Amino acid sequence: MKINEVPQDEGSLAKKNVKELCYAVDDQGRYTTVPSKGWEAKSLVLAESLELIEERVAATKDAVRRGEVSPLAYYMEFHRMDVPLLASYAGIHRWCVKRHFHPRRFQKLRTKTLQRYADVFGITIDQLVAPFAAEQS
Amino acid sequence: MKITFEHRQSAHCENGVISNLLYHNGMKLSEPMAFGIGSGLFFVYLPFLKVNFAPGFSYRPMPGRIFRRLAERLGIRVRHQRFSSPAKARTTLDEKLRQGIPVGLQVGVYHLTYFPDEYRFHFNAHNLVVYGKEGDEYLISDPVMDYTTRLTEAELDRVRFAKGALPPKGHLYYIEQVPARIDLETAIKKGIRQTCNDMLAPVPIVGVRAMKWVARNIRKWPSSIGIKQTNHYLGQLVRMQEEIGTGGGGFRFIYAAFLQEAGALLNNDALIHRSNEMTAIGDSWREFALEISRIYKNRKSGPDIYEGLSNRLYGLAEREEAFFRQLKKDL
Repeated sequence: MKINEVPQDEGSLAKKNVKELCYAVDDQGRYTTVPSKGWEAKSLVLAESLELIEERVAATKDAVRRGEVSPLAYYMEFHRMDVPLLASYAGIHRWCVKRHFHPRRFQKLRTKTLQRYADVFGITIDQLVAPFAAEQS
Repeated sequence: MKITFEHRQSAHCENGVISNLLYHNGMKLSEPMAFGIGSGLFFVYLPFLKVNFAPGFSYRPMPGRIFRRLAERLGIRVRHQRFSSPAKARTTLDEKLRQGIPVGLQVGVYHLTYFPDEYRFHFNAHNLVVYGKEGDEYLISDPVMDYTTRLTEAELDRVRFAKGALPPKGHLYYIEQVPARIDLETAIKKGIRQTCNDMLAPVPIVGVRAMKWVARNIRKWPSSIGIKQTNHYLGQLVRMQEEIGTGGGGFRFIYAAFLQEAGALLNNDALIHRSNEMTAIGDSWREFALEISRIYKNRKSGPDIYEGLSNRLYGLAEREEAFFRQLKKDL
């Protein structure tokens, strides 16, 4: 890659005013570093991966609304986690976490357990049990 | 308190932390040098391990390996510590800072507040340096950022005790002693030799053989797992290759820079020649990434596209195989 070939496409990094460093050769073939604003190819791939996450979040949101799964599942997807990860953050066994996806079981949970989950996501218990309350009002 | 610490941006976090910490201790070692001596160039394919709903690919060795190997080869004494309690981890960090020692930390990326949202995945092998504390805020030198940042105590605790694969467990490290005299030549040769052996390893999941395996799989994926999933897998491959921190082309350009520097240092013209070759290989890796991104852009698909990608990757693997065989002889 030559210095003038280092891509400078405005990407997601540019929004936070971050540039990444690329290695490229100058006219004499000597290596040097060049800051890059981003690369379209990379942004496209990243966008695909984010789209996939959004799809999953939206699907879980609908499932929560239909009462098929508990809000816990929604928050897990929203924070890009999976069951083992959520389990280790909350300090609750993954089998139990999976059980807590069941809406009726979730409703019966003790405040202490709810608080643990709420702490993982950095929210209050009220937000945990009624995730879409703010949107509806 | 604030330690005078020069923040220099680097392409990759681990090399950057190493290079900056060494620089602070009066040892000038460039990022490519650290990368090359620590044998940073690698390829591994873990089809059974699912990361982010796609198989695991990595263009670098296990986190922390580069630094450990480098320290071993140059005789640098580094102390590593892990903790079970966040409180203890914090007091140890504070104490080191009070002694005027900048400290390297392994952290999780997801809760790093200064990162763009798009880059916040549950990835636990990021590295940064803490070089001071003002009030309850730590002064952070993150080598992939072009400026220094700050994190509060609570924020730093959170990233130091991130959970998931490769949990950092408060992992901190600092340099205890740098040798007065170092033998760069032997270290460079050791580093290169190991990279050659890694890339030519006789196991299917490492090095050029792993690339060939991926290439064969690319051909099969569209029929076995469907187009959408195939595209996602390919996306993962590109993200690993071009994510912030690779310096482009899956570390190939950093490695070429290393070979160039090493060639000049050892007066070995053959290495300079290899460096040029590696640059060309890096360019081909970028073309490969571009080709994959076109699938997303044009929304076109068909068996011939995946056939082409597969051949491209297979060709790259063969080129690298020849390259590393030659490099081993040139040493």
